[in-house]
Amino acid sequence: MHELSLCESIIETLTVQTRRQGFSRVRRVWLEIGALANVELDALRFAFEIARRDTVADTAKLDIVTLPGQAYCLDCAHAIMVHQHYDPCPRCGGFQWRLTGGNEMRIKELEVE
Amino acid sequence: MCSICGCGENELAIHAHDHAHDPPHAHPHAHDPAPEAQRITLEQDILAKNAEFAAVNRRLFAERGVFALNLVSSPGSGKTTLLARTVQALRAEFPVAVIGGDQQTANDAERIRAAGAPALQINTGKGCHLDAHGIGHALERLPLPEHGVLFIENVGNLVCPADFDLGEAFKVVVLSVTEGEDKPLKYPNMFAASSLMLLNKTDLLPHLDFDVVRCLDYARRVNPEIEILQLSARTGEGMDAWLDWLRQGQRSALARQVNRLEADLAAARARLAESAA
Repeated sequence: MHELSLCESIIETLTVQTRRQGFSRVRRVWLEIGALANVELDALRFAFEIARRDTVADTAKLDIVTLPGQAYCLDCAHAIMVHQHYDPCPRCGGFQWRLTGGNEMRIKELEVE
Repeated sequence: MCSICGCGENELAIHAHDHAHDPPHAHPHAHDPAPEAQRITLEQDILAKNAEFAAVNRRLFAERGVFALNLVSSPGSGKTTLLARTVQALRAEFPVAVIGGDQQTANDAERIRAAGAPALQINTGKGCHLDAHGIGHALERLPLPEHGVLFIENVGNLVCPADFDLGEAFKVVVLSVTEGEDKPLKYPNMFAASSLMLLNKTDLLPHLDFDVVRCLDYARRVNPEIEILQLSARTGEGMDAWLDWLRQGQRSALARQVNRLEADLAAARARLAESAA
């Protein structure tokens, strides 16, 4: 359940950023989470409801954008799409690929007032 | 904010909302200008703060020639026994110290101290992982094993600790043969984040249906670069390869420290020569 830690970290960032830029509340938050990131999205949404209480984000909406798993296969030298860390390359069936995208856990954008 | 029409809170206090609410909603009362919404683009990693603390720890380890490892596993994989044996084997060669994370009790730290190394227990309470900030504070209280090895024994949990960089050189995942060979597939993030996998309790293999070849294959599917060593901390079988891996890491950390110090020294000498000329 490290999703609560992630949300506490998100709230801390929101608090700092809104104050620093002279705003008082966060209305909406957009996160980008990679398909292979170590995050359970339902747990993240649930934890956000708890973490946002009595903060600048206490009514903020959470939008999660999932980014696809992208990799480069060293065996067949192609850019490929993957869904899990243990997926074989869809072109050659090998496992010698390196993730190039899909591990992200980012706060992309805020709507503030 | 008024939940009915969305006007500001102040209006709600001074009018009873007795007017009709049909669209287009004439709102004959005065409105303060509604707070204007603005978008801010951040593009910031959720764990950016942890990454900052981890960078501070990593710098400290580099400056003092400490080879720091983050040991992760499920509960009961035998990490503490492994560390106690490791400490006993290496403490005469170079300084070793252990930071242990558990939700409760200081039992593990006592076992490590009994084995002859300084140990500090972090109780995470309900927390499921150690973070770089907590390690930074632990380092203020634990004598740093300069020119040696610092083991950070994470909370027994194959999920959460995968995301939290503590400033270590490597994550080492310990898997015991009593756990089932498909753990690398079930918890892929941890095996993907680790550089070395120790397959522990191999002395029990004759009593189990554990398929070692399949397990190692699963681990390499998830992480083609992962190094794997098989050992039994209890009988000592396979421990030599692990100890050699540690010695090599310790020497590399030391060599990097020497290079850095020599570069600093050379720069300082050049500056001195310049100012004398």
